[in-house]
Amino acid sequence: MRKILVGVKRVIDYNVRIRVKPDGTGVVTDGVKMSINPFDEIALEEALRMRERGEAAEIIAVCIGPDDAQQQLRTALAMGADRAILVKHDGPVDPLVAARTLHAIAQKESPALVIVGKQAIDDDAAQTGPMLAALWDRPQATFASKVEFKGETLVVTREVDAGLETDEVDLPAVITADLRLNEPRYVKLPDIMKAKKKPLDVTDLASLGVDAGSPAQVVRWEPPAQRQKGVMVKDAAELVDMLKKKGLI
Amino acid sequence: MNKVLVIAEHAGGSLNPATAKCVTCAASVPDAEVTVAVFAADGAGVAAQAAALKGVAKVLLVENAANAQPLAAVLAPQVVKVAAGHGYVFGPSTTFGRDLMPRVAALLGVPQLSDVMAVESATRFKRPVYAGNAITTVEVAPGSVIACTVRVASYESAPAGGNATVEKLAVDVPLPSHTRFVTVSAAKSDRPDLQTAPRVVSGGRALGSAENFEIIYRLAAKLNAGVGASRAAVDAGYAPNEMQVGQTGKIIAPELYVAIGISGAIQHVTGIKDARTIVAINKDPEAPIFEIADIGLVGDLFTLLPEIERLI
Ligand SMILES: Cc1cc2nc3c(=O)[nH]c(=O)nc-3n(C[C@H](O)[C@H](O)[C@H](O)COP(=O)(O)OP(=O)(O)OC[C@H]3O[C@@H](n4cnc5c(N)ncnc54)[C@H](O)[C@@H]3O)c2cc1C
Repeated sequence: MRKILVGVKRVIDYNVRIRVKPDGTGVVTDGVKMSINPFDEIALEEALRMRERGEAAEIIAVCIGPDDAQQQLRTALAMGADRAILVKHDGPVDPLVAARTLHAIAQKESPALVIVGKQAIDDDAAQTGPMLAALWDRPQATFASKVEFKGETLVVTREVDAGLETDEVDLPAVITADLRLNEPRYVKLPDIMKAKKKPLDVTDLASLGVDAGSPAQVVRWEPPAQRQKGVMVKDAAELVDMLKKKGLI
Repeated sequence: MNKVLVIAEHAGGSLNPATAKCVTCAASVPDAEVTVAVFAADGAGVAAQAAALKGVAKVLLVENAANAQPLAAVLAPQVVKVAAGHGYVFGPSTTFGRDLMPRVAALLGVPQLSDVMAVESATRFKRPVYAGNAITTVEVAPGSVIACTVRVASYESAPAGGNATVEKLAVDVPLPSHTRFVTVSAAKSDRPDLQTAPRVVSGGRALGSAENFEIIYRLAAKLNAGVGASRAAVDAGYAPNEMQVGQTGKIIAPELYVAIGISGAIQHVTGIKDARTIVAINKDPEAPIFEIADIGLVGDLFTLLPEIERLI
């Protein structure tokens, strides 16, 4: 029966206002709420729904991150993943490193499907899914907003700039989840209790034969340029007047 | 010479405007020689359009029936072949480029820099992270091929006036059949394209229904503007997905952006930070959109829009 691998990244919660450290070495993370990357939550939800429809048997949540990322994996288990793998690594993870790691795990587990978020809301890179598909030499269907099984192929609707594109991919395949694929479920208290008993294996990059190094390094962080504070107008007439004066309409 | 290969995006025989912006970014690499690669079933027209861009030294045209649709799994191995000998491979940060370029980078065995907004040197680039709330400077070790997607909103289009040679290339590489294009449902409209329109009018959750969203289209028509929407408006079905503006939608840089009934969540604002003038109309004077708007108007959109329409 089919296995599904889901990538789960630990990121600063999307509600947190991001602040760059004054010394330009990163963003403030002390005392900041961490969560599962929202797109990965959607990826996991899709896998859960497939299992509930009998289209998959086992769901494995994988995270590359620090020890504390066990929290996010426990959340994934509480949502319904069957087991979890933490690939321990402190510090930033280049998407190519993430893809190599998922590739190493895919070779061990032989999943029918790997689902990851279309991007992580920290580095906004949007690379891990397609990179994994390249290394694995398998199809990719990115920005998915609908996924349906048709025998051993998947019919995927993708949100592209032009509108909605439909592609057909053979299994095994890599899917990246977009926002409108589904709405993830809330975790209930009894599920959190149950999740504590589910298996969570801890390994590291070296054990999987993956080198954490990357030729690309962030050397400086800075806040973005701020926009000038604008003016308020009192009514429609004043607005239209101002736009006309500025030559904007 | 730094040889930069730009992967052209095109559809229906037309070069996507994002490619001209990529060319500008590519040309800003010190000592750049810019080559544009066109992968198509029948691409002479597109190649000619690319050759007419100023700053392009050469256009490579790879024609193959399998290239009729831009499937990343089919294009990537061909791009890798054509990229041999180039130090840089660039594509646009549109859904085309975001789908294809990481697959190319992984086959090349190099990391990718997404959404490059500035080239600081031959090995140093700036790119936004955290929905544009931080800007990073990335240094790439010498000797590695540099693969990038270009944040098109950060660049002007390369002007016309180029006269590059077009060279046809046969690329001999096995192509997969595991990925098949079925269809694309692109809504046909004669409205200006959201990503390149000088003026954009956007509506949010406040519109309340697809019927009410018509007043956004009406105002846009009056202004000859493209139409955008917030995620909330798209999720609720008031507007189609291709209109979403923001971190996970389109990043745009029009001369004029009018946000109507949009609160101004960071994920939305990141899509419009480069707009020249932002106008916000919202009934809540505390709405965060007013923190970044150049011109703000507090009031009910359903009374204000008809008035504005009348006045212009
Ligand atoms: C991972 C992630 C990615 C996201 N990506 C995006 C993205 O790409 N783009 C995006 O837009 N959002 C995105 N969001 C969602 C974002 O956080 C907000 O939820 C969304 O932008 C809100 O849309 P809105 O402003 O239309 O709705 P709301 O926040 O509900 O705002 C509606 C506004 O309308 C005003 N209003 C109500 N009635 C009237 C009236 N009659 N007249 C005038 N004003 C009125 C209200 O005062 C309010 O300010 C993302 C969220 C997440 C978690």
